Amino acid sequence: MALSVREYRARIRSTESMKKITRAMELIAASRIIKAQQRAQAAAPYARELTRAVSAVATFSNVDHALTLEPENPKRAAILIVTSDRGLAGAYSSSVLKEAERLVEKLKGEGKDVDLYTSGRKGEAYFKFRQRAVAQSWTGFSDQPTYDVAAEIGATLIEAFLAETGEEARAVDEVHVVYTRFRSMLSQEPTAVRLLPLEVVEGTEPPEQNDLLPLYEFEPSPSEVLDSLLPRYVQSRIFFALLQAAASELAARQKAMKSATDNADELIKKYKRIANQARQAGITQEISEIVGGVNALADAQAGSE
Amino acid sequence: MAQSTDKVLQVELVAADRLVWSGQATMVIARTTEGDVGILPNHAPLLSSIIEGVVDVQTADGETWIAAVDAGFLSVADNRVSILAERAEMSHEIDLEHARRELERCKEAGENDDEAREKVRRAEARVRAAERAS
Repeated sequence: MALSVREYRARIRSTESMKKITRAMELIAASRIIKAQQRAQAAAPYARELTRAVSAVATFSNVDHALTLEPENPKRAAILIVTSDRGLAGAYSSSVLKEAERLVEKLKGEGKDVDLYTSGRKGEAYFKFRQRAVAQSWTGFSDQPTYDVAAEIGATLIEAFLAETGEEARAVDEVHVVYTRFRSMLSQEPTAVRLLPLEVVEGTEPPEQNDLLPLYEFEPSPSEVLDSLLPRYVQSRIFFALLQAAASELAARQKAMKSATDNADELIKKYKRIANQARQAGITQEISEIVGGVNALADAQAGSE
Repeated sequence: MAQSTDKVLQVELVAADRLVWSGQATMVIARTTEGDVGILPNHAPLLSSIIEGVVDVQTADGETWIAAVDAGFLSVADNRVSILAERAEMSHEIDLEHARRELERCKEAGENDDEAREKVRRAEARVRAAERAS
């Protein structure tokens, strides 16, 4: 009962206004997450058709491409870490960063140097605070990524991958992406995948027996088609990762804000109880003081009579 | 054509962030790096790069749809045609006046490098698509 009733009232009020904020953020995240999911769904046909085309080329022609070649002894790896721009999303950014750290350790264990690329302010801030060099970072789009951003990131990473070792400091032999996969509203999972060299899944549908494989004609030529196809494939994979991360971020934020609102409710309940107790104690004290006073007066008057 | 009238093409025009148009068609015309190509039902499997230009789709019920697309791909197999481009717009989504001004601006900026030329081609394609539709 250290504080007065007035002070408890002030605390209840501030918790209530905080609750209003977290509640609003929860609702905003909930409404945006539907849009983010729709965007991810809208991007699916492109990714699907692109995958189909890539596997068609890979299955029906024997062309090697620089982007699919495994370097003989990889020395350097690049990691793209997809984090959020804003906080208040629970453990969202930190679990991605933890997963990224694990991958860095693993790659270092294999004797590879690691270049870091980040997307989102949280990742940038994390490495800046620890004074670790980041090769490049992109910010300002984490909750609604556009394809242009993905294309730019893709172009940078492909350039780094294709650069000859020694010719430039940025040349890498592999590219990994760490992002959060959106499994459902309740569970999002930080995932690390290797982006380059590309592993093309061959054959979209296994041909039936007796069925002849379609013989593709390539215009202008298989290698030129592949040349423009594969970078787009990489960009579309990055776009997919960004969209998944955006949906996950919003889901994580909604969950975090929901529990913050619930906690605020609990806190308000607790403060109300204590405030009521304090108020009651005040009243009891006043009554007993009055009664004591009256008794004292009555005793004094009885003594004098 | 006579025996292929019962066959139609299943067409999907896809941009990076959405499905722009999908449906059945009897003919698709697109501009590849080698020149315009027309696809009829039962076309041999084809995978080709397309450049900024206009895609012309004649649907099974005799309508014509026109779209402006960016550089991308055209793939044909089993009477399925998919046109992939990073950006694609149907002609009715394009504001003609706006597209014309954009073209002027791109032309004034010069056609000195590849990027500028690509921009001009893209603007031209949008104007052409919008003009043909109106």
